[in-house]
Amino acid sequence: MCSAPEQTAELPAGTDLTKESVLVGKVTNGGSPVGGAFVRLLDRTGEFTAEVVSSASGDYRFFARPGTWTVRALSRSGNGQTEVSVGGPGLFTNEVQVA
Amino acid sequence: MSRQDALVSADWAEQNLDAPNTVFVEVDEDTTAYEGGHIPGAVKLDWKTELQDPVRRDFVDKAGFEELLSSKGISNDDTVILYGGNNNWFAAYAYWYFKLYGHQAVKLLDGGRKKWELDGRKLDTEVPQRSQTQYTAKEQDTSIRAFRDEVVNAIGTKNLVDVRSPDEFSGKLLAPAHLPQEQAQRGGHIPSALNVPWSKAANEDGTFKSDDELRALYEEQGLDSSRPTIAYCRIGERSSHTWFALHELLGETDVKNYDGSWTEYGSLIGVPIETGPGQSGSGKS
Repeated sequence: MCSAPEQTAELPAGTDLTKESVLVGKVTNGGSPVGGAFVRLLDRTGEFTAEVVSSASGDYRFFARPGTWTVRALSRSGNGQTEVSVGGPGLFTNEVQVA
Repeated sequence: MSRQDALVSADWAEQNLDAPNTVFVEVDEDTTAYEGGHIPGAVKLDWKTELQDPVRRDFVDKAGFEELLSSKGISNDDTVILYGGNNNWFAAYAYWYFKLYGHQAVKLLDGGRKKWELDGRKLDTEVPQRSQTQYTAKEQDTSIRAFRDEVVNAIGTKNLVDVRSPDEFSGKLLAPAHLPQEQAQRGGHIPSALNVPWSKAANEDGTFKSDDELRALYEEQGLDSSRPTIAYCRIGERSSHTWFALHELLGETDVKNYDGSWTEYGSLIGVPIETGPGQSGSGKS
């Protein structure tokens, strides 16, 4: 999971992947990207931590400390969620399918 | 104050888009969201460039607020309906700001942009032309705004409610998890503060929880309603959301928002800081 992803939203200048853990991913529906979805980062107790709106290409990004997280997406075409484990500094990718 | 005075539903909003003396105003964390589509007829306020003084770290002054509202075509007798993204957090901040300068007829659209979009309601890219007004503001109502000395003196005596996420509260993060972590300051929280993340007051669709649910939430976390309360976060916007829940929805009388919040407190020399999960249950994640 730590390997470079095939595609991500560009990271902000100054992001240090040797110190920070960055979680990036895409919201998809039947393989197509879903833009404008509300993407929520929930901690392992299910508590809300942050929310972003996915880009036109379905991308989202969080700065999450190591741990187990749930990424939950709400969209007009449905909702979905997935779990991701962030092991340490670096880039972590996942995908949320909504239906 | 009660829920009926402070909130409007998306259904009400949709039926009152053209109501007289009613102005819809969008305020977003993402200040470009408006351009991509907004509630028809709504004007935009930019919290960063229009509500903050461009030089000093403070709000625009009374004259600046008057000029701003006049230029947006908002009159003293207009009812302002505020809404925005991310569960209304910057709209709640603008709500508190309008109250600070004495605009009483202001309401939040429950659920904000998120519920509006998820409901599939209409968005528009046309920017309305409103004619200039002569808006007159009042002096700041500091009964709802806390400053740093008052906050330091409140340690152990008033309710201090830190509404940031548990990781920010404990000192592990310095900003919410969707923002870069670049701040040069100390992590942690004000000693004796309870950690009740602002988001606990909202449902998944961005609407506020019911009064009963809100009351239970703050009671469970140890808020003593016989004492005055000061809410804070990182820059004062998420704590506006909690200020709204406590002061406007639950009708608690002495509730202030500390807009200096952690960016100020965590940079002060010599003040006490506590790290770790603190006293309330929610920090123990």
